[in-house]
Amino acid sequence: MSRAVLVDLTKCFGCGACTVACKLWNEKKYDDAKKPTVGENAKLCDINWTVVDKHVVKDASGKDAWRFAKKQCLHCNEPACASSCLVGALRKTEDGPVVYSPDLCVGCRYCMVACPFNIPTYEWERSFPEVSKCQMCSTRVARNEMPACVSVCPNQVMKFGERDQLLKEAHTLIASNSLYIKHVYGEKEAGGTAWMYVSDQPFEKLGYRTAVRNEPLPAYTWKILNKIPAALIGWTGILTGIYLFTKRRDAVRASKKDKEREK
Amino acid sequence: MANGDKITFRVTPFRTLLMFFAALFVGTALYRMVTGLSITNLSDAWPWGLWTVVDVKLGVALAAGGFTTAGIYYVLGIKKIKSVVEPALLTAWLGYCMVALGLLIDLGRWYNFWHPIFFWGHHSVMFELYICVLLYTIVLTIEFIPTLFHRFGWIRTAGFFKGFTALLVIAGIALSTMHQSSLGSMYVLMAGKLDQLWWTLMLPILYFSSAVAVGPAVVACESALSGKSHNHKWDDEAMPFLAKWSGYVLSFYALVRFTDLIVRGQLQRLFAFDIQSLMCLLELFVGCVLPLFFFWLYTIRGRFMDKKMIVRNSILIILGVVLNRSNVVLTGMAKAAGGTYFPSIGEITITLGLISFGVLIYLFIVENFEVFSHQEEKEDMGISHTKTNGALSL
Repeated sequence: MSRAVLVDLTKCFGCGACTVACKLWNEKKYDDAKKPTVGENAKLCDINWTVVDKHVVKDASGKDAWRFAKKQCLHCNEPACASSCLVGALRKTEDGPVVYSPDLCVGCRYCMVACPFNIPTYEWERSFPEVSKCQMCSTRVARNEMPACVSVCPNQVMKFGERDQLLKEAHTLIASNSLYIKHVYGEKEAGGTAWMYVSDQPFEKLGYRTAVRNEPLPAYTWKILNKIPAALIGWTGILTGIYLFTKRRDAVRASKKDKEREK
Repeated sequence: MANGDKITFRVTPFRTLLMFFAALFVGTALYRMVTGLSITNLSDAWPWGLWTVVDVKLGVALAAGGFTTAGIYYVLGIKKIKSVVEPALLTAWLGYCMVALGLLIDLGRWYNFWHPIFFWGHHSVMFELYICVLLYTIVLTIEFIPTLFHRFGWIRTAGFFKGFTALLVIAGIALSTMHQSSLGSMYVLMAGKLDQLWWTLMLPILYFSSAVAVGPAVVACESALSGKSHNHKWDDEAMPFLAKWSGYVLSFYALVRFTDLIVRGQLQRLFAFDIQSLMCLLELFVGCVLPLFFFWLYTIRGRFMDKKMIVRNSILIILGVVLNRSNVVLTGMAKAAGGTYFPSIGEITITLGLISFGVLIYLFIVENFEVFSHQEEKEDMGISHTKTNGALSL
């Protein structure tokens, strides 16, 4: 069964407790001066697996208002990063999290380029860097515990559960309240993700990538990759055929010339 | 060159410069491999940069001359291009060795470079690319090694390897078809990120056909350049044939490229005149429209394609491929990445140095081994350096 999290962005007031819990659980360093986890300049990076970034938007009455957007890996149902990895260092677990094994990683960074949400980051300062991204506390999820960030939220912004169940709740919620925009971000994006969001503001205004296709991205690659074995056999056959033909033709020509010379 | 001649290497000012760059390369590369990627301007927004474009994508594309000329000569049986096959193989072999080295330097955890051989990410285009490039480098090595053995007088050993030529050539074409197209397929996964001017399911076909067109163009430029310093003649039979080959293949490429843009409704986007559209227009004009104009002008009028025309067209086709590959990796991804990227001094040093290194080995091999076997007159290396001077003498 695939576990998921539903985030109600209207409830978040930007305390940043989730980012602290994340750092504690995953033993990541703090660097509030250069790499803050909360505020206008908050950005995912090697030591920040989750951030809460602040956006100034217009509320329903047209006044300036603050909104906070929690960011982390969305844990796609069919992750582009995992399909891109040439050694299988990234993989989707049955529970839902997309996890990374640094021991396998070669460091090509294709996953970073492939991710439709621009999530994976890199330890640029280290000699032998690792890809760095939220693991959805996979060891906790495996024990049926919620991720660290979810567990500490003082305002129940996030809800942990089965994906199908949460999706139903999300639709009931946005249908019951006219303040919500009629879109569950993550329901269809990139073929669906484990983390889903509802909001009263358009998602692009909160820094979420909306130019994301609804089809699972690995399907595109697979359309090409699955043709390769047949193409390879066919192409080699054609080449061998042509080669044998020209060889035979040249041999016939050569013997003709020899005969003419004999005459 | 007779067996037993001493190994020689002429030193010219240009070569001294190359050696300087090559030395810088070795130092910078070692430093980078110990200290990580902090000498680069790469970032979370721009995980791929100059090295991916030049050392990997262009290196592989421009080394396509190896399998195309070998295919034309051995499989199609066009014997008149004989003189270019071996130099093209040398360029391809060196090209792939440089690509492998460049890739190794680009890998964050480079000491794991052998992992893909044992841990198969079979859903990954990168995995397919890795395996094909690895196998093809081995194929190229076996194809080229008889030339080295000949020099040392190991004629029988050379003959033994020559016996596999047909098998190697066919395997080489099959492997090249796969990985040349894979370099394009790699970006199919970036749907929604790569600009619509470049993102298409046709990417593998476009990458493969442009490689088949640019391969012989590189061979022509190489022949024109090295002909000056190594005194072998411009082949007036082989070169026009290769130029026509490039012309027809490029026509196919352009047909697919433009049809694809029209079918996907991107013609308007092409004239949006933002940075993406301008770069795309430049790429199409330099790499498709101009060389095809000259090619068809000569073909329709039945004019003989002389050296000047061929070299000019080859340069245009090469520039077109350079623009295309950099547009896919950099220009086309700029909007999705956000922020800006410009290569650092360290990145430029490594790329320049890697190329210099390759050119030096090329010159060394050409001078000491019989690569241009159809040299009209064999000059005495001792005298030649007094005859030649300046950058043109390489």
